[in-house]
Amino acid sequence: MTETTAFPQGPIGRVSGRGLVLRGDDIDTDRIIPARFLKCVSFEALGEQAFADDRKELAGAHPFDQPEHQGASILVVNDNFGCGSSREHAPQALMRWGIRAVLGVSYAEIFQGNCLALGIPCATAMADQIRALQDAVEADATAEWTLDLHALSFSDGSTSQTISLASGSLDMLRTGQWDATGQLVARDAELTRTMEALPYLNGF
Amino acid sequence: MSSGTLYDKVWDLHCVADLPGGATQLFIGLHLIHEVTSPQAFAALDDKGLPVRCPERTVATVDHIVPTISQERPFSDPLAEQMLSTLERNCARHGITLNGLGSGRQGIVHVIAPELGLTQPGMTVACGDSHTSTHGAFGAIAFGIGTSQVRDVLASQSLAMSKLKVRRIWVENRLTDGVFAKDLILHVIRTLGVKAGVGYAYEFAGPAIEVLSMEERMTLCNMAIEGGARCGYVNPDQITFDYLKGRAEAPAAEIWDRAVAWWSSLASNDDASFDDEIRFDAAAIAPTVTWGITPGQGIGVDERVPISDQLDPADRPIAEEAYRYMHLAPGQPIEGVPVDVCFIGSCTNGRLSDLQAAAAVARGRHVADGIKAFVVPGSEQVARAAIKEGLDQVFREAGFEWREPGCSMCLAMNPDRLEGSQISASSSNRNFKGRQGSSSGRTLLMSPAMVAAAAIAGRVSDVRQLS
Repeated sequence: MTETTAFPQGPIGRVSGRGLVLRGDDIDTDRIIPARFLKCVSFEALGEQAFADDRKELAGAHPFDQPEHQGASILVVNDNFGCGSSREHAPQALMRWGIRAVLGVSYAEIFQGNCLALGIPCATAMADQIRALQDAVEADATAEWTLDLHALSFSDGSTSQTISLASGSLDMLRTGQWDATGQLVARDAELTRTMEALPYLNGF
Repeated sequence: MSSGTLYDKVWDLHCVADLPGGATQLFIGLHLIHEVTSPQAFAALDDKGLPVRCPERTVATVDHIVPTISQERPFSDPLAEQMLSTLERNCARHGITLNGLGSGRQGIVHVIAPELGLTQPGMTVACGDSHTSTHGAFGAIAFGIGTSQVRDVLASQSLAMSKLKVRRIWVENRLTDGVFAKDLILHVIRTLGVKAGVGYAYEFAGPAIEVLSMEERMTLCNMAIEGGARCGYVNPDQITFDYLKGRAEAPAAEIWDRAVAWWSSLASNDDASFDDEIRFDAAAIAPTVTWGITPGQGIGVDERVPISDQLDPADRPIAEEAYRYMHLAPGQPIEGVPVDVCFIGSCTNGRLSDLQAAAAVARGRHVADGIKAFVVPGSEQVARAAIKEGLDQVFREAGFEWREPGCSMCLAMNPDRLEGSQISASSSNRNFKGRQGSSSGRTLLMSPAMVAAAAIAGRVSDVRQLS
């Protein structure tokens, strides 16, 4: 476990750090954090358990175990990352391991929402662009990459790629409003009006 | 953009406000919670000093971590005991109804909310569990959420959401004998893939859907998420209303007619427009079995494990990974593959009609030597109804274990799990690597009747050929 920076807070304009490549489509949240580790009432210990079974199977060869990747903070994945179970334990485990941004072709919806709620951008690019970036990131594990949410780019100074984020997520991250609770609680009068107009709350 | 669909109507009715980031604040009509994804949400609420906004619209049960052999307290697993006592404390503190063990109402969250009549057409339903899509069977907009969103619903009875597109899955004709809703949804996912539904709600409609029972519709919508669709739904109709009438939390007699009138108005209009539509023929679907490590890797029981070269290039790497992990060879028939463990239960297929279908296969037969087979009713109510019909005895006499309600081996957060590289025939919803509790355990998904047939034969068998 290589927690290098504080957990996300406030507006998120860019994430800088070393990259880490995890190849494969359809990597599900059971693989990111196996269910037995969900037996907890706090998320604190999850960082060490990220990809526990995959790491065991690869006996030290998993990217999360390789010494050169300790301290990496930008995860570059392929298609439909985070599918399956809604467990927020998955992005929590990644965040507590040290991940602060993810870049890939696409994400499962619930996973993406969970990441947003933690202030972790899930950026996308086309499949061939991602493959090229994965090669570039793997070529030099020491390179410092920046995922820039204003310029919408992922770059190490020599290689640069345009990235996308869903517009809602992008605004919420840039403005620091990704932690939705405050906004939702603030509109209680509107909430009450909505409830008063719903037939099933009012005897039909 | 869709218009005039049930999804559009329900969405519009629940919009509270437009949020600065572009998301919509959506009121949540029913919030279901359980022991696994709620403790950190309650802790976060405490950190912010916020109360639960609508405790009366929040309902709890315990399902994921409960043992299915002995449910005596304290549990032998101290972590499980801690999770349950934390939920009990949180519910008591905030005035939330907990349908706990022995209450007569406990069970898998997606089984109990429908059977109690809590889930109703036109509601928005959220729960910290991806299979919340189940509740769409009633014409509700129901979706899984993470723990931070559980916190948001507790605090505000609402969520920041973006509207989905709507894809209609139109199914012609009727399912044939021995083919169930489970086979239909496995077929849909196999055809469209596990990510085709990302960004969509799935409306299931057409002649084959209209004749499905509510329990079959729940099986169908339950697995919409396995096709990437965060919610799936069926328009409410007379079958829906008949199911709900008289249930504990359903509208009372004096307002029943008004409720039905409103519910009826929510169904997608005849001239509704969808973002996409895909058609299937129910009559062409065989009992379907997964052979791989995603729910999209399914084939008819009479087919062979696909050969990599015949697959779309994008699907080949995960197929190669699946051959290795599953110890199955390309081109091998799936029928006849030996199994070790047979599991009937889960939020997909743990309801009374599922147990009836499996019992019809098990009756008068016996589980093959060396096979561990067990039946886990989805709830205390399901267990009572099954026992009343003598199904527990049918299963016991056939060599199945009869268990207490819970999620059991679907996800193995409790003592029920595979050991080593055991292979299961399972009526659950996920065949991911390690899903059933062993990092090398293997899962073949199929209908409860097909699981029973596999238990009897000791290998994957076509339930249609059992005389």
